[in-house]
Amino acid sequence: MSLPGTLPLTDTASGHRLDFLMVTDMVEPGSRVLDVGCGDGALLSLLRDRKGVDGRGIEISREGVAACLAKGLPVIQGDADTDLADYPDDAFDYVILSQTIQATRQPKVVLEHLLRIGRRAIVSFPNFGHWRVRIDLGVRGRMPMTENLPYSWYDTPNIHFCTIRDFVELCRDVGAQMEKAVALNAGGQPMRVTLPWWVWNLLGEQAVFLLKRR
Amino acid sequence: MFVDATASPQYRLFERTNVSADNMSFAPLVSEPRSQVDDPSSLVMRFGQDEPLMMDAGIALAPWQIAYQTYGTLNETKSNAVLICHALTGDQHVANDNPVTGKPGWWLTMVGPGRPVDTNRFFVICANVIGGCMGTTGPASINPATGQPYALDFPVVTVPDMVRAQAALIDRLGIEKLFCVVGGSMGGMQVLQWAVSYPDRVFSALPIATAARHSAQNIAFHEVGRQAVMADPEWRGGRYLNEGTRPSKGLAVARMGAHITYLSEVALHRKFGRNFQDRAAPTFSFDADFQIESYLRYQGIAFVERFDANSYLYVTRAMDYFDIAAEHGGSLAKAFKGTPTRFCVISFTSDWLFPTSDSRAIVHALNAAAASVAFVEVESDKGHDAFLLEEPEMFAAARGFIDAAARVRGIA
Repeated sequence: MSLPGTLPLTDTASGHRLDFLMVTDMVEPGSRVLDVGCGDGALLSLLRDRKGVDGRGIEISREGVAACLAKGLPVIQGDADTDLADYPDDAFDYVILSQTIQATRQPKVVLEHLLRIGRRAIVSFPNFGHWRVRIDLGVRGRMPMTENLPYSWYDTPNIHFCTIRDFVELCRDVGAQMEKAVALNAGGQPMRVTLPWWVWNLLGEQAVFLLKRR
Repeated sequence: MFVDATASPQYRLFERTNVSADNMSFAPLVSEPRSQVDDPSSLVMRFGQDEPLMMDAGIALAPWQIAYQTYGTLNETKSNAVLICHALTGDQHVANDNPVTGKPGWWLTMVGPGRPVDTNRFFVICANVIGGCMGTTGPASINPATGQPYALDFPVVTVPDMVRAQAALIDRLGIEKLFCVVGGSMGGMQVLQWAVSYPDRVFSALPIATAARHSAQNIAFHEVGRQAVMADPEWRGGRYLNEGTRPSKGLAVARMGAHITYLSEVALHRKFGRNFQDRAAPTFSFDADFQIESYLRYQGIAFVERFDANSYLYVTRAMDYFDIAAEHGGSLAKAFKGTPTRFCVISFTSDWLFPTSDSRAIVHALNAAAASVAFVEVESDKGHDAFLLEEPEMFAAARGFIDAAARVRGIA
């Protein structure tokens, strides 16, 4: 799925997206990775080049799959909501869901599949608890439309938004252990880990979680 | 080969041909379909009594021969060989004019200079299948034991037999590992079989519009075709070549039926609708009033001019028997376990003969086997035939996959 709702911030030195770099940091070199909703394969290429991973992808758009094929990435045209069920248990070291969970029909089922297929799951998503979202809803009384969430409510692909706190709750429900969590601020910089959850939930524009089956 | 209804020169030819008889009439043959059987106008590799082809039917076929064409140049390390596998009624003339029909090669859109299978970079091989009638040993070939055509004495052929024969050819050419094996429909079945039979000899595989097993519906269509051939009194229990007859009507009917399955309802309607053929009103007869009837009759007649009826029985049977999982305890994933081959599977949205679900079954099995697999479903309304036609999305996917694999393989 190609980047629902986000205008990605990039690292000026490398040109790579900051959230991709964050995900890349979490992956052990040489591991087997499945990127669900891999878009044009930018993250998979980064993982292949920097971490030497054996990477696979699922992508719903034909254009995305074509772009991945041209990069030599083995990517399957498919839908996270329907096709994850076909993967065997423990098939990958990591299953990545990058900026995609909010666009799935059944986020909980998808997350359960991630934890089943991969020994670890990495999930990144835009935080709907960010203060600007809250102002739109709480003060203006309108569905939020920000630079990072540019869609109107009626044409957005993002049908299941959540806040960082909501996601933490979901992780508990599905029995996922949080090995690492990072919130990125408006500048795309990681926020201090010592800050309490409520600060992350208010100031974090997006979050990246490294999860493990309990 | 199947051809696109309106895009093909055959169709234009047909518009000039008056096929309006109350029954189909067959003109005297332009060229004898058996003319290519023993001494084809292509390369031939011959295998003697001491090099039999071990067939699934339990027969050691010897002597035997395989007719093939090559394009491009084999590089020094012999790492740039691509094998093209043809579909049901195709042949080795993938990228040159066909010696029987005089028509251009059947996959010029995919194979040639600058095409996805680029003959400037790759050494491309395409061979007629065992059981065929274009120079590889088949039921029309002379049985050395009798001096007569084999006819039904020829052993029943399977897709693994076809692949075994190709492997013998590849051995003779001194090629250890194929860079890529490419094919659509029955050709795609051979691609899958190659990967299963010789995993270490296939660097990459591109099966298109195909399945890992032939469906009950497809077996049913084939059976109707075979019965049409065998119901023709001229078939003579398969001995028509000995008796100087030809089951032209039966084979033409088989082709007409099959041709419908290669197209989609949408494509048929767009090209023909309910339009009348050279008339303003129905004739209240069983003439070919409708364009679609005329078209199908033409397709039937054109086919019998180039194809042997018994060969048609044998190659359709080979597809029917095809079921990779059955050979591996019912598990397709087991068949591909540990495969080092890189796969790219392509299907078409309007293909109801080999629907996307068939391709997805292959992809799921490859995933379960932890294989490297890409998959694209191309949007097209042209039905099963789409793989032979101008489909830019398919070419883009094939090119991306092949180029990336060539980089990994170190092919310039």
